[in-house]
Amino acid sequence: MGRYHLSTTPFTLLGKTSDDMLISLATSLTVRISCYNICGHISPGLRRFMKIHEYQAKQLLKEYQVPVPLGNVAETPEQAREIAARIGGRVVVKAQIHAGGRGKGGGVHLANTPAEAFEAAQAIIGMTLVTHQTGPEGRLVRFVLVEEAPVIAKELYLSLVVDRTRRRECLVYIASEAGGMDIEETAHTDPGKIIQAAINPAAGFSPFQARKLAYGLGLDRSLHGAFAELVKNMQRLFVKNDLSLLEINPLVVTGDNKLLALDAKVNFDDDGLYRHPDLEQMRDFAEEDPLEVAAVKTGVNYIKLDGDVGCMVNGAGLAMTTMDLIKLAGGEPANFLDVGGGASAEKIEKAFDILTSDPKVKVILVNIFGGILRCDRVANGLIEAVKKTRLTLPMVVRLQGTNLAEGRKLLEESTLTFTIAEGLYEAAEMAVRLSGKELHGITGSEKSGNPF
Amino acid sequence: MAILFDEHTRVLVQGITGTEGSFHTREAISFGTQVVAGVTPGKGGTEFEGIPVYNRVIDAVQSAGANATAIYVPAAFAADAMLEAIEAGVGLIVCMTEGIPVLDMIKVKHTLKGSGAYLIGPNCPGITTPGTGKIGFMPNFIHKEGSVGVISRSGTLTYEVIWQLTSLGIGQSTSIGIGGDPIVGSNFVDLLTLYNNDPETAAIVLIGEIGGTAEEEAAEYIQSNVKKPVVTFIAGQTAPPGRRMGHAGAIIAGGKGAAADKFAALERAGAVVEKNPAAIGMRIKNILEKKQ
Repeated sequence: MGRYHLSTTPFTLLGKTSDDMLISLATSLTVRISCYNICGHISPGLRRFMKIHEYQAKQLLKEYQVPVPLGNVAETPEQAREIAARIGGRVVVKAQIHAGGRGKGGGVHLANTPAEAFEAAQAIIGMTLVTHQTGPEGRLVRFVLVEEAPVIAKELYLSLVVDRTRRRECLVYIASEAGGMDIEETAHTDPGKIIQAAINPAAGFSPFQARKLAYGLGLDRSLHGAFAELVKNMQRLFVKNDLSLLEINPLVVTGDNKLLALDAKVNFDDDGLYRHPDLEQMRDFAEEDPLEVAAVKTGVNYIKLDGDVGCMVNGAGLAMTTMDLIKLAGGEPANFLDVGGGASAEKIEKAFDILTSDPKVKVILVNIFGGILRCDRVANGLIEAVKKTRLTLPMVVRLQGTNLAEGRKLLEESTLTFTIAEGLYEAAEMAVRLSGKELHGITGSEKSGNPF
Repeated sequence: MAILFDEHTRVLVQGITGTEGSFHTREAISFGTQVVAGVTPGKGGTEFEGIPVYNRVIDAVQSAGANATAIYVPAAFAADAMLEAIEAGVGLIVCMTEGIPVLDMIKVKHTLKGSGAYLIGPNCPGITTPGTGKIGFMPNFIHKEGSVGVISRSGTLTYEVIWQLTSLGIGQSTSIGIGGDPIVGSNFVDLLTLYNNDPETAAIVLIGEIGGTAEEEAAEYIQSNVKKPVVTFIAGQTAPPGRRMGHAGAIIAGGKGAAADKFAALERAGAVVEKNPAAIGMRIKNILEKKQ
């Protein structure tokens, strides 16, 4: 039991917290619900990438009796006016896109009357909202959330996350009376203000956890009952839906002494989604990168970046390493692309389709370590794919592993022009040179006499 | 000598009749592994390649004397398979399955505590002791008997590093991929402890990834306990912040869990930091030559 007593350790070292914690602290006021899914099979199965909107997050909270502001979604200024009239009083009109920083970008307006809500919605709907998370091209806003704007007496921070720290491995609540924007700052400068309460996996939620948080937050006694309910419901929502993060920031105490989740961020556990087909329906394809969507459908794990060296690699670790090498050699990777441990010819072909639809790509670097997947099969896959997709970009191929000689022979004997690299680093250098960049020498490593 | 997997290891395979299970069982046998039993509920009493198949793990332990298990069952059933192995008293549990929900792993990890069993994975390439046997996906040809312990969070990158060592004539004591999920059974510290105490491991290669704090924890342990040379590499030095690169573990945000932080922590701890993954083998080679 000792390990799972409520931790009294202050939240001193950010390096000691979970990823999810770091993400949540870093994103503070964003109202993003994000989810990456890698559906679970031994062989790399369907990989999905999903985010949902703020209004959907709040619907989810409401379903689990976590109090959220009264509100609704509007696709037109008329609807916004109507919703504002029904709510009565001051409302806030918020652009619904899958990116944070909407306030700063002009996507959030306060409106004192239904007429003002109409004007705010008119200004926001149809605008291209640029925030630090959208990139310079911005995002088209198609609808807004109109909700009550309560009088705020106090802003708190409250989250439930998976703590993956060694020897903890449990769910833990994190709370702070310093809610709002600067929670990450607080964690650094005033760790004593951060309270944690771990949930023993065997015992589950217990009311003392809520008491620990409530007293720690200095909540007025009159709110303790509602707070305990809220804390318990957070745990229910988390476990029932396979979340990896549930963050309410800020959790506000209103002028009339009520608790309200003014903003929320939910991360789904990618691997738990198969148990929740209903959540999939919340997905909004219009908000996603079309190339990443295409990749998702083929089971290829692709993330677009800004460089010009397109990469195709088997295995996530090796794919990241290949990107590192391109950068070390002085180039810029165009993407992360993992075709999976056992890339089939069909997947390789699909991967080429994805790579070549990025107009920035000047050269393709293929790096495959053939284990179970033999190099000759990879080579055949490459040749077929190049023929089929009529690829004209220069391609550097680096194969290693089972049936290497056969694989290389196939590439050399084909009528196509592959640049064949022997070593890992050599491959990166060749690709960078073909992308038209100057090579960097690697410093601080033992390159001399290195056959790789 | 080796760690966790030696000549006394008798392997059972959970999911032996499945596509993955059957393929990798054949590979393991041709590598010299003692595979003594398989478990597939409903297929008890049958045989696979002459190996008896049982309905329950406990039967495989009692009748075939299995003391290690290879788990190749789909994600939805993998937590159950691990719990069954723990309950049956299997000492080494290696789970290759990818995509197990984190909440399931919290339960497994909690059950594991105090059981005395070692769990490798999930979502891992497994464990190999060259010359003795293996559990998992690691290709047979890359290994060579020797004295370098390899421990990694990656899959194909691990093969790459092992193959570098082998090509340079450097053998391995035991190679382990611990898995890329947020919650894994044995972590770097658990296994560094074993390598550190293994008289036949002369040097250690540790391959990390961005995200999480496993490498920082390893650095702390190395600093105060490990007397053997440790060469480290962290994948994802150039990954953009906030994006997830396939592995659940590979997340960086707010400048923490980034490759630079991990390299710095490991360097402070006295580990050899190699930023060029193509040069890891050479590093180890030079260190071993200097030692002689």
